[in-house]
Amino acid sequence: MVPTGSSDNVFAYAPAPESRAIVDLQPSYGLFIDGAFVDGNGTPFKSINPATEETLAEVAEADERDVETAVKAARRAHTRVWSRMPGSERAKYLYRIARIIQERARELAVLESLDNGKPFRETRDIDVPVVAAHFFYYAGWADKLHYAGLGTSPRPLGVAAQVIPWNFPLLMLAWKVAPALAAGNTVVLKPAETTPLTALLFAEICQQADLPAGVVNIITGAGATGEALVGHPGVDKVAFTGSTAVGKAIARTVAGTDKRVTLELGGKAANIVFDDAPVDQAVEGIVDGIFFNQGHVCCAGSRLLVQESVADEVLAKLKRRVETLRVGDPLDKNTDVGAINSAEQLARIHELSASGEAEGAERWSPACDLPSTGFWFAPTIFTNVSLAHRIAREEIFGPVLSVLTFRTPSEAVEKANNTPYGLSAGVWTDKGSRILSMANQLKAGVVWANTFNKFDPTSPFGGFKESGYGREGGRHGLAAYLAADEQDGER
Amino acid sequence: MTATVNSRLPGELADATSSDASLRRFLHGLPGVDQVGAEARAARLGTRSIKTTAKAYAIDLAIRMVDLTTLEGQDTPGKVRSLASKAMRPDPTDPDCPATAAVCVYPDLVGVAKETLGDSGVQIAAVATAFPSGRAARDIKLADTADAVEAGADEIDMVIDRGAFLTGRYLQVFEEIVAVKEACARPDGTSAHLKVIFETGELQTYDNVRRASWLAMLAGADFIKTSTGKVQPAATLPVTLVMLEAVRDWREATGQMVGVKPAGGIRTTKDAIKYLVMVNEIAGPDWLDPTWFRFGASSLLNDLLLQRTKMLTGRYSGPDYVTVD
Repeated sequence: MVPTGSSDNVFAYAPAPESRAIVDLQPSYGLFIDGAFVDGNGTPFKSINPATEETLAEVAEADERDVETAVKAARRAHTRVWSRMPGSERAKYLYRIARIIQERARELAVLESLDNGKPFRETRDIDVPVVAAHFFYYAGWADKLHYAGLGTSPRPLGVAAQVIPWNFPLLMLAWKVAPALAAGNTVVLKPAETTPLTALLFAEICQQADLPAGVVNIITGAGATGEALVGHPGVDKVAFTGSTAVGKAIARTVAGTDKRVTLELGGKAANIVFDDAPVDQAVEGIVDGIFFNQGHVCCAGSRLLVQESVADEVLAKLKRRVETLRVGDPLDKNTDVGAINSAEQLARIHELSASGEAEGAERWSPACDLPSTGFWFAPTIFTNVSLAHRIAREEIFGPVLSVLTFRTPSEAVEKANNTPYGLSAGVWTDKGSRILSMANQLKAGVVWANTFNKFDPTSPFGGFKESGYGREGGRHGLAAYLAADEQDGER
Repeated sequence: MTATVNSRLPGELADATSSDASLRRFLHGLPGVDQVGAEARAARLGTRSIKTTAKAYAIDLAIRMVDLTTLEGQDTPGKVRSLASKAMRPDPTDPDCPATAAVCVYPDLVGVAKETLGDSGVQIAAVATAFPSGRAARDIKLADTADAVEAGADEIDMVIDRGAFLTGRYLQVFEEIVAVKEACARPDGTSAHLKVIFETGELQTYDNVRRASWLAMLAGADFIKTSTGKVQPAATLPVTLVMLEAVRDWREATGQMVGVKPAGGIRTTKDAIKYLVMVNEIAGPDWLDPTWFRFGASSLLNDLLLQRTKMLTGRYSGPDYVTVD
């Protein structure tokens, strides 16, 4: 039989852009303190759409005085209202917030895509549904805290200072705010300076839900604002997700105080494919592992460790699959890979990729047309990578995969663990016993078996080594916001 | 018998069919299919948004891929004639509407279909080999096939012996497909196209679907087909995904293309477009052609026609504006 395919009849998908009309963007936003939007004392800054570089809105900057006001408001709300309220009543607010998030899901998904550059398909199908799920999940815990494994009457810590990154702006907010509120704490949250808009929309949702004033405060700004917040003496608990460098600085700041800290930092996860793996699904998992959210994922499977005997087959299939990824307009419903979040991040990805080539790794990207404005980086695969290369050691935080091979399971473990990080890992094999033995040996907070980048509110998440400490999600996530009853939770 | 089959295969694949043991080793050595992953991939492809020009293209392509089917005990010559007319001109009000790929009937009605279809280009597919159960002696299955070919069938849709497959008698299934393929030969040296139906609803696992796909391709199938339509579940997106991966990998190994036909349960334009997206992104655009991809369906065509009219006129019509047969 001679192939006579109709390659001239290409099934080109017509543009299918999601309308942005559902989002009602204001030209400028203030800080959300004590239940109301107020002007900031700092210098306002702009938040742009990274896919087009257009300005979306101007956002207030909180300085030390604003941090002071916000922490005081949170303290007042904690002492007078939130810590005294029965858990079942707090749950009602959380359920209400969860339902409003579902009702306004489309609006949140469009705005998240606009402000972050990630594909609408992901914000619609992953980010926003998981955000709602976190609020529903922790709403259920609010009146059951005595079952959290922390004694019969665990107490809230007080005011939580929460600083979150730009890669999953709303989802990281949910991971932090939902357990804090369920446990009876009040929060002052600072979103990343490049992606503040969905947090501000969340502030509106708090108003819509009639959440008592001061329980949630959202202050915008850059590193200085975050420093002021974390260092504020009125804060009882610091929760941070972001880079290891900033995490270390925070750990230094709070050292010697009695603030509690959880840090969720960087990663350089190994995604390990054995020769008996379900190959097609493994390829899909590799793609999900590194190209999901443009690789802006702390637990991204950025190091592919593939068993030598199947390396050629896996790589050939992987490249064919990557060629079908659709890169472009984040709001197009068929886009798989969107824009890089900022010029700064794009420069870092370029710099590290260049080092990969300079150090002798082989670089490959599919043919793809990138838009002329905005920040874009084609999906990239490096082969012939050795453990000594920078691209195998440093977190790139972009759509760049480093491929290494191994021959035996023990070599896979050795290579996978040979990193200062330890956030996540993936294991692909049809052999159940091997999954269990690998999971025991891998020094990573999450080990995914025959899947990757799956998130669920019931499952704890967190790192080993320089990937941080403390756990978020599940029952374990409550421990970060509660003091066991034999201790003194309140100062 | 296997010598003729083996001559068109690369050495390692030819070796695989040399005995029951080697066939088993080969089929069980294929990479496994992770159920959760395969279903998630199929579901995600189902979220592609196909609009405007792409949708219009997809609808016409889907119409050209339909094997318009009637496989009922109560089928009459009149119904088959009506179906054949519809296959040639699905939308009597629009001469630009393409014809379907084929009509699919029982062997005894092949002659009736042929009278109506003539040389219109619409193919006649006949189900054979004791369809749908496949429970008959091999000589009867072969006679059933030869009878349909003699009556003028262009394509034969055979069923595999699921009992033999599930018991692990792979060589028996293999030899039967080879024998049916030989029975498809016409005196003039040409041969009816052979579609091999797995009845994936009875095979149950995706690992089985992948093994059956390779087994049928090794035996010389021109098309691999999910279901008879008589067993639930019939065609599903994940099953078709696994089969599309198999034909893609087969082409990689041999250079030969094999067609894929999901059948049963595909009723709406929305469903059909999901399948086309999957063909496009899994097997590749070369398969976006009636030569390589078909829909086994009866009610699908009417929904395609309604949607096609909607695309052209901007208005929905109703079921009274398309013919029931």
